Amino acid sequence: MADRLPHYVNPDPFDVQAVERLTPEQERYYLASQWKLIWWRFKRHRLALISGIVLLLSYLAIVVVEFLAPYELHTRNTGYIYAPPQMVRLVHDGQLIGPFVYGLRFELNLETLKREYVVDRTDVQRLRFFCRGDPYQFWGLVPGDLHLVCPAKDGTLFLLGTDRLGRDMASRLLYGGRISLTVGLLGITISFLIGITVGGLAGFFGGWVDNVVQRLIEIIRSVPELPLWMALSAALPITWSPILIYLGITVILGLLDWPGLARAVRSKLLALREEDFCQAARLMGARPSRIIGRHLLPNFMSHLIASATLSIPAMILGETALSFLGLGLRPPITSWGVLLTEAQNIEAVALYPWLLMPMLPVIVTVLAFNFLGDGLRDAADPYE
Amino acid sequence: MLVYLARRVLTMLLTLLVISALVFVIIQLPPGDYLTSYIAQLEAQGEIVARERIEFLRQQYGLDRPMIEQYAVWVFGLVQGDLGYSFEYSRPVSEVVGDRLLLSLVLNFSTVLFIYIVAFPIGVYSATHQYSWGDHGLTFLGFLGLATPNFLLALIMMYLANVWFGTSIGTLMAEEFIDQPWSVDKAMSVLAHLWIPVIVIGTSGTAGMIRRLRANLLDELQKQYVVTGRAKGLPPGRLLVRYPLRMALNPFVADIGNLLPQVVSGSVIVSAVMSLQTTGPMLLSALQSQDMYLAGSFLMFLAVLTVVGMFLSDVLLAVLDPRIRMHGKAG
Repeated sequence: MADRLPHYVNPDPFDVQAVERLTPEQERYYLASQWKLIWWRFKRHRLALISGIVLLLSYLAIVVVEFLAPYELHTRNTGYIYAPPQMVRLVHDGQLIGPFVYGLRFELNLETLKREYVVDRTDVQRLRFFCRGDPYQFWGLVPGDLHLVCPAKDGTLFLLGTDRLGRDMASRLLYGGRISLTVGLLGITISFLIGITVGGLAGFFGGWVDNVVQRLIEIIRSVPELPLWMALSAALPITWSPILIYLGITVILGLLDWPGLARAVRSKLLALREEDFCQAARLMGARPSRIIGRHLLPNFMSHLIASATLSIPAMILGETALSFLGLGLRPPITSWGVLLTEAQNIEAVALYPWLLMPMLPVIVTVLAFNFLGDGLRDAADPYE
Repeated sequence: MLVYLARRVLTMLLTLLVISALVFVIIQLPPGDYLTSYIAQLEAQGEIVARERIEFLRQQYGLDRPMIEQYAVWVFGLVQGDLGYSFEYSRPVSEVVGDRLLLSLVLNFSTVLFIYIVAFPIGVYSATHQYSWGDHGLTFLGFLGLATPNFLLALIMMYLANVWFGTSIGTLMAEEFIDQPWSVDKAMSVLAHLWIPVIVIGTSGTAGMIRRLRANLLDELQKQYVVTGRAKGLPPGRLLVRYPLRMALNPFVADIGNLLPQVVSGSVIVSAVMSLQTTGPMLLSALQSQDMYLAGSFLMFLAVLTVVGMFLSDVLLAVLDPRIRMHGKAG
């Protein structure tokens, strides 16, 4: 017993890096929060990053539509019905004179009765910037008339042509974006709330609750969505005001979309529920609401956001399809789907193909949301 | 197997019952019924509608009875093949729809078939030639196909057909066969017109299917038994077909549960855009005019189409995969 070594205590403070010295980069990585890790991983996904930026810009744009659009939503240029898109040019007669468009001269083709416009190469119409143009009500509240870009005095600026009432397509597309892009967000909020609640209940309590929810989800998923959407939106009373119809459509879109989310929440919860930290919290007497909110939700929030992003396109397309069929939004509310109803007349489209333009933002938005969602999903679990 | 089948049939019937209740509630949602608007229309035309007549009509169509009773009558009628009465056409629904149901069935079935036939070889090629130019190109095309909504694709196709050929492609048969009894010529005409809507509806489904098959097959190809097989000198073709392909096929069949609702949804709107002689356009007009029995029958028909299709795919899956038979449920 006596020859035992004396107990040695190092007086220096313990150095956590005694075993392995971390480089600054490593340290930064190990200390980073979950959201930071997600961001780093997401950044590597080029396409997703670009899509995110595109979407961010579009959502910023719809905030100030009135300022960006050269014309007001309902402005009719009666002299320019079905006018073709005008190209913005910089060089006239070999001279750089800044952005301008050539004027249009209207001619009616007496044989085909087609409206034809000739570009008048002598009529130079220089664009004005930060100018006074069509008066508008900013978000329907504040009157104003400042525009980013206006046509020249007595000139025209139809970047994407005009429709059958001589309204500027480009401006209408911008205004339409305000409706079409927000429909998806509102709809996903509703479906998100339902999905989290229902999926959370099923996943947390299990047993018969889970069984009932599972069956319900299976049933809803086996019904084709669009016909049901059609039936529901046909049931909206015609007497409702446009804004009520708009809200009604978002509710309808959200009402059928939640099963996918609920299923994701449920399976994640079932897996996490068995983890040790959850068990510990329960043993310490935490209430279910605290366990769900404090310990479980943060763990799969990123997954939820990713799957929500992936289901926004379906909503945007749903609204477009419904409005296109005449069951969804109706003028004076203008969404991309409402604009596309003009393209239902295929003979008109054959003569004036720019009526198909509203397709472009729809496809771009849907693609962007898909890429963004893919990137988010890949980045959602940084500890993998 | 028998137990599994019985359980599956029971679930299917239960699902259909719930859906029928749902459909019934939805078609009852609009305020008023067809009769109200019909009477309003008559009055607007200056006709005096006698009270007795209104009561008579109400009784005849069973609109005066409580909701639950109306539902029961409707469901029992459906089971017996009585689809109810179309107010708009003043004829029984079964007469109004004619061969639209059959054509819808043909259209949806051909689309699913098309998706499988196209997606299978492309998916296998993409997986076995991962990151080759062909794979990248096909993946890009797939993304585009996934993002282009089918009704917009229909519009583009119609526009192109109009500009290039000066013809309208918005039909499912030559004009002389519409409302004619079925004959060989009519069937041939339908076949000749079918391929455009099939491609339009099938594009996004095909794109999704290719992506899933590729992912599944890639997972399978990285497994050890494939490496072992390759090390032992199995020829690549046989190595692929023998095991990994069979494993990857499983989700391929199981996926019909996701695919069918999507295809049916797509066929409805594409038919409406291209005015095909299927259920789509008529469902639309029935919804707009609140012709409830007609709309309800169509909704029910579409639901039956998907639910029965999923049932068949589950049975097929059980035949293919003994694990499902044993456990009694998929997954």
